[in-house]
Amino acid sequence: MSDIKRHTLAIQVDNEAGVLSQVSRLFSRKGYNIESLAVGPTDIPSISRITIEVLTDDQHATLLCNQLRKLLPVHSVKMLETTKTLRRELVLIKVRATTSDVRNEIIQIANIFRGSIVDVSSDTLTLSLIGEEEKTEAAQALLREFGIIELVRTGMIALERGHYTIDENTKEKGEFDYGKHVL
Amino acid sequence: MNGISIYVLQSAYDCGVLCILGETREIVGGISKVELTGSQILMECLLEQDVDTVFGYPGGAIMPVYDALYSYSDKIKHVLTAHEQGASHAADGYARSSGRVGVCLATSGPGATNLVTGIATAHMDSSPVVFITCNVNEPLIGRDSFQEVDIVGIAMPITKCAYLVRDVDNLADIVREAFAIARGGRPGPVLIDIMRNVTLDTADYTPLPREEHPASGRLGALIRRASHDLKAPEPNVEDVDHLIDMIADAKKPLVICGGGVVRGRADAEFKTFVERIDSPVAITIMGGGGFPGRNPLTTGMIGMHGTQASNHAVDRCDLLIAVGCRFSDRVGLQFATFAQNAKIVQIDIDRSEIDKNVKTDHHIIGDAKKVLALLNEKVPQYKHPEWKKEVFSFPAETEYDDSDDTLTPKQVLTSIAEILPDDTIVSTDVGQHQMWAIQHFRFDYPGQLLTSGGFGAMGFGLGAAIGAKAANPDKVVLHITGDGSFRMNSHEMATEEHYKLPVITCILNNGTLGMVRQWQHLIFDERYSQTTLDRGPDFVSLANAYGLPGRRVTNVEELESALSEAVQSKTGFVIDCAIDSDEMARPMISAGSHITNFLLD
Repeated sequence: MSDIKRHTLAIQVDNEAGVLSQVSRLFSRKGYNIESLAVGPTDIPSISRITIEVLTDDQHATLLCNQLRKLLPVHSVKMLETTKTLRRELVLIKVRATTSDVRNEIIQIANIFRGSIVDVSSDTLTLSLIGEEEKTEAAQALLREFGIIELVRTGMIALERGHYTIDENTKEKGEFDYGKHVL
Repeated sequence: MNGISIYVLQSAYDCGVLCILGETREIVGGISKVELTGSQILMECLLEQDVDTVFGYPGGAIMPVYDALYSYSDKIKHVLTAHEQGASHAADGYARSSGRVGVCLATSGPGATNLVTGIATAHMDSSPVVFITCNVNEPLIGRDSFQEVDIVGIAMPITKCAYLVRDVDNLADIVREAFAIARGGRPGPVLIDIMRNVTLDTADYTPLPREEHPASGRLGALIRRASHDLKAPEPNVEDVDHLIDMIADAKKPLVICGGGVVRGRADAEFKTFVERIDSPVAITIMGGGGFPGRNPLTTGMIGMHGTQASNHAVDRCDLLIAVGCRFSDRVGLQFATFAQNAKIVQIDIDRSEIDKNVKTDHHIIGDAKKVLALLNEKVPQYKHPEWKKEVFSFPAETEYDDSDDTLTPKQVLTSIAEILPDDTIVSTDVGQHQMWAIQHFRFDYPGQLLTSGGFGAMGFGLGAAIGAKAANPDKVVLHITGDGSFRMNSHEMATEEHYKLPVITCILNNGTLGMVRQWQHLIFDERYSQTTLDRGPDFVSLANAYGLPGRRVTNVEELESALSEAVQSKTGFVIDCAIDSDEMARPMISAGSHITNFLLD
């Protein structure tokens, strides 16, 4: 495989049991590890939006999109172009902080990365950071020297800039819907 | 419900008077809304779909459904097979031969898992079958209860859709959607797994004629979402016009008849189209019956065991139009060099098949029948005599040698073709006999050839033949098999005998697993590992044990007399033909090789 890079897929699905396993199955079948996954309901409660990031080449990413579009609970799929897309991830990092000097230093780092301190105890501080992976990973590298006790990510979510949406009525979308027609 | 009352259901789809046990709740516009159990609702939903035959096997979890079936036995005929796998293939054969949706019932756990090969076979060959299983009671789900299995999870990759019904109020809606999904778009299998308690719970049931299903419930929502209105979509006119231009530029067109022509019953439109553009036609295994095998434009089978004419035509054509063909590895072989001198056009109902295996230059999405009808309106008459001469300079059929000592596959198949009627439905199992049968017989109409093309499931043939006979009682049904394949599901002879669904089984018995042996001979230095079947049973005695007549034949005279007897027979008949073990399926191209790189001529 040539030109392996990170692909961001946005998928709108029925908000029903079993749909996520149907979607993720297509990735495991081809042997792709999902780099990042985020799911939640949209403004319409019956529809959920999944954002999946996967490392592969363009051709295989396209094939994956095509297989995803075949699934009945899948409403729409779009491969998002990195340059035209807003990507965000929330990271919570619990850091060891036993002295006030260390606490101050960590608070400064949090400020630089526009993060916030969301919890404090006698020997820990918990930071919340939002951004793309370059930013969160840079903060993570700086905090590592204090001792990261626990770290969790929400998974990347992504939305296209400008007026583009996942639901555009393109000719291709019509062609995929043809296969689902059930009259 | 207090007690049981008899009432009359004025059903919109059934003119007769239907008496079932239940309680009339309210009358809306002349249609009774009644309280029924889940099992009764299921039966009513099957009747809504005009289902008159189901194949299956009972068990603990599905007992309430079978109890309801007992009351509906005058409307729904149930064929009890020897094994759930047989039922799954029978429902598939019923669907393939009739174009209707097949229905198969099985219980939870092992009943459900025994369907898996049948579901996968239907999925690979896009056959519309609704599989209905029951699961354990809701409180027992997820506790490793007796005969519990997550069949919905197992079936997900091999169905168009798999449903778990947890609430009796959703049952009718789900069954209606399931049937529409199975037959709609690119057809395929659907699984409905119903919890046992749902089959016993009661709910209001309102009969709904099939025409109204697309406008109501889940199905209505799905259709409005998918196509934005309730009209079936039409092929894109610009795409069709572009192909018309490409045809005008082509000097050497070739058309592939794929399974989509058969499933879409687009044979008449296909024939008009290829005769109009005067193009040779290569037929895939799944396309068998989509175009008349005796038509002078036919170059025969394409692919791994394709004819010289078909495969050379693929290599030399300048325009390749594939109708309902997904270029599987057995057809495309080496994707990068497939039709390397041609512009490739794919006509398919399933957009995800475009560019999946072979990169195309143009595609038209739509039902084969509609797309071809639209093309036929616009395409002028062409003549390509030079090109046809070039293609047919290669043989369009395989020359097999005759032998005086042993019966050859060619002799067996030629005799069958002479003695049995032309419209005989042929089901095959998988292996050498499958290739020989498809090479020798000339199929004329969709549904005439039933074969496990995509999944290659040995043991498919007898079940499929039984299903085909149930759907086509007036036709002769022939089951061509090998000794290896037949042993896999030969117990279905019991079903054949009991239900008087006579099938002529013809075993090409070479005492080996011939196709694997052939590969061992050619590729594995004649190391015949585990492919010699030097063992029983005696198939004639076996047939007799099931109450069927059988003959062992070793020459053409014996064969012809057995065949004549079989055609007259009112019961199934088994003919065990002794053939030579060294005969190979020819031609042959190794997997992944270029399409004209013949390993065997």
